Amino acid sequence: MELLHQIFIGPFIEMAGAPDLLVQVVWEGFVSGILYALIALGFVLIFKASGIFNFAQGIMVVFGALSLVGLHELGVPAWLAVILCIGIMFVLAVTVERVVLRPLVNQPEIILFMATIGLNTFLIGFGETVFGGEPKTMITAELGLPTGVTDVQMLGGMVSFQHIDIAAAVIAALMVATLAIFFNKSKIGRALRAVADDHQAAMSVGITLQQIWVIVWFAAGIVALVTGIMWGARSDVSFALEIVALKALPVLILGGFTSIPGAIIGGLIIGISEKLAEFYWGPMVGGSIESWVPFFVALIFLWFRPQGLFGEKIIERI
Amino acid sequence: MTLTKSAVLGVAVGAMLTTSFALNAQAADGHYIPLTTYRTGAFAGSGTPNANGMHDFFTMLNQRDGGIGGVKIIVEECETGYKAQKGVECYEATKGKGALVYNPYSTGITLQLIPKAPIDKIPVLSMGYGLSAAADGEKFPWIFNAPATYWSQASGVIKYIASRNKGDLKGKKIGFTYLDVGYGREPIPLFKALAKKMGFELMLLPVGVKEMQNQASHWLQVRKEKPDYMIIWGWGAMTPTAIKEAAKIRFNMENFIGVWWSGGQVDVRPAGKGAIGYHAMTFHGASTDIPVFKDIIKHVVDGPGKTLTKKAEDVKEIYYMRGVFNAFVVAEAIANAQKITGKKNITGADMRKGLETLNLTPARIKEAGFEGFIDSLKITCKDHAGANKMFVQRWDGKDWKKVSDWIEPMKDLVRPMLEEAAAKYVADKKDWVTQKCS
Repeated sequence: MELLHQIFIGPFIEMAGAPDLLVQVVWEGFVSGILYALIALGFVLIFKASGIFNFAQGIMVVFGALSLVGLHELGVPAWLAVILCIGIMFVLAVTVERVVLRPLVNQPEIILFMATIGLNTFLIGFGETVFGGEPKTMITAELGLPTGVTDVQMLGGMVSFQHIDIAAAVIAALMVATLAIFFNKSKIGRALRAVADDHQAAMSVGITLQQIWVIVWFAAGIVALVTGIMWGARSDVSFALEIVALKALPVLILGGFTSIPGAIIGGLIIGISEKLAEFYWGPMVGGSIESWVPFFVALIFLWFRPQGLFGEKIIERI
Repeated sequence: MTLTKSAVLGVAVGAMLTTSFALNAQAADGHYIPLTTYRTGAFAGSGTPNANGMHDFFTMLNQRDGGIGGVKIIVEECETGYKAQKGVECYEATKGKGALVYNPYSTGITLQLIPKAPIDKIPVLSMGYGLSAAADGEKFPWIFNAPATYWSQASGVIKYIASRNKGDLKGKKIGFTYLDVGYGREPIPLFKALAKKMGFELMLLPVGVKEMQNQASHWLQVRKEKPDYMIIWGWGAMTPTAIKEAAKIRFNMENFIGVWWSGGQVDVRPAGKGAIGYHAMTFHGASTDIPVFKDIIKHVVDGPGKTLTKKAEDVKEIYYMRGVFNAFVVAEAIANAQKITGKKNITGADMRKGLETLNLTPARIKEAGFEGFIDSLKITCKDHAGANKMFVQRWDGKDWKKVSDWIEPMKDLVRPMLEEAAAKYVADKKDWVTQKCS
């Protein structure tokens, strides 16, 4: 009985007793969720256009952030380094298309997935060779990103809002809006959706598959760069960030592999639920439940919607 | 097969054979010391300076003294990425080349090598890490963890906190956040025993490897529970993230103390001014203004010896210095083994004897250029941890400054617990090799 009380009643009494802390936990979860959503967005973009689950998306986040800090360490001004990094992401997209994807056109999707595992290994080795394995400090101030904190007295306590977290939320929202407009309103966006629906049909009406792949990998690269900057500013830039990117998996399971809104909503659900679980229920079992709670939440959603919240229901005729 | 393909294949096979022969020849011609390092992966920030420090010290000895006892030192690195499985692979790949000692730089790898060491007759030196119980030399003849065990350190931290509270910790709450792997969990039994003995409340906060850079909820827990002190047992990206999060919730940095593996510049720099006041345990100094570092700079960093450090400043990294200290212990043990056995080229078994009778006196420390940097160290058959002394350093925003005297661990509490744990470890191992010390 006591155990049931601890699980089902106690945490809620605690939430009601210290609502300021509840708001703080939800805010932290919201910010983490936004960053998970950004990582997941990179996966979704590539999956939508090519049906490839890009295993290298996590390392692209690290690679983007490392390139930025590395260039700045060489004396390149911060914003020029950002522009150069965008260039690097473009070169990466072209190279991936030419060297990895083009030779594998018409191969089963699992082969393309395996190729991205190879790409992941290559980028780790290449990144470590060029930039070294040591963690680096993100050039937050040089980029003009805010670093202060605003404390708001509310609900009988205090809630702190780090300015960098607010900036992350705003930048993520702008990025999602831009991508949504680009893919829904522009000619290229429509072509991309056509490719996503049917490669053969899209090619038959003159859409160049290779060009679309470059664009989509480039877009995923820019998303990875932004994610790397924001997450790097919260902790530091190291290869450990690649591990954080694994959190995008439950986000994708939950939100669906092909839905941009799914990635956003899924990211927020995972971010907030893992923080609430760790904070209110974690201490009952010795803590550290944040690592598996997202997968548990995703599994529950899968039970009811196997295609994810916003994923397309695929019906294959046999 | 075309001519070009044949040529390429020929060159590749030739290169492989040349490398292979070169390594075998090297192993036979010198003191062969394999280093299981991690310059890649999530823990590279801490692993790289460690590896550089060891590498540069051995290179300096080769350049300055022609090796040890007239025999060159051969160092071969094997990358583990801090993964136990890779560490074992490195061990298996190098043990046959005449390895004298293994320095795993990972508790996970150390735990894997402990059962292998007596079989292959190659000692393991886990300097200030690994299995605390291995300090019991009677039960673990092949394992050494000088100059101090994790349990000694845990008792030292609590002793230091007690000293700031007039010896009374009753009613205090001490939080312990740790990397949720073998390394981080190692001191928990000691902390629990101390909490019971001294009457403080212990709050455990494990951080999974996946959450190293995502600790917001852990530190909100700290904000809620309001512990008087926080102790961190972090490694790699965990510590800088924790320090940033602690600063974020405005935890008093003066009451935040790290293990000696959470006390490098790489741990405090990312938090900037927020890290000022953070404390960490250590068992060596933080100044390079002593003869040995001048020699390393002269003969290796700025000299003809090849260094892997990127810039001269890297020598000032705490983890680099620790690598140097580790290499010094290895070098002294080799010299000691040569003296005991009368042989120039020693074996792993000889090295074990060299380690077990190592006595670094103040005179020898001064002669070797380490005066003021380390305390004297005496390893015995019974006590493979040796000196056990440590002190506390404080980050002032630029440098680490010593803020305590040398602290003795609570030997009366720690030693019986070590012996009990050692006996428990070997109890169910039928053919375990032990020794009787006089």
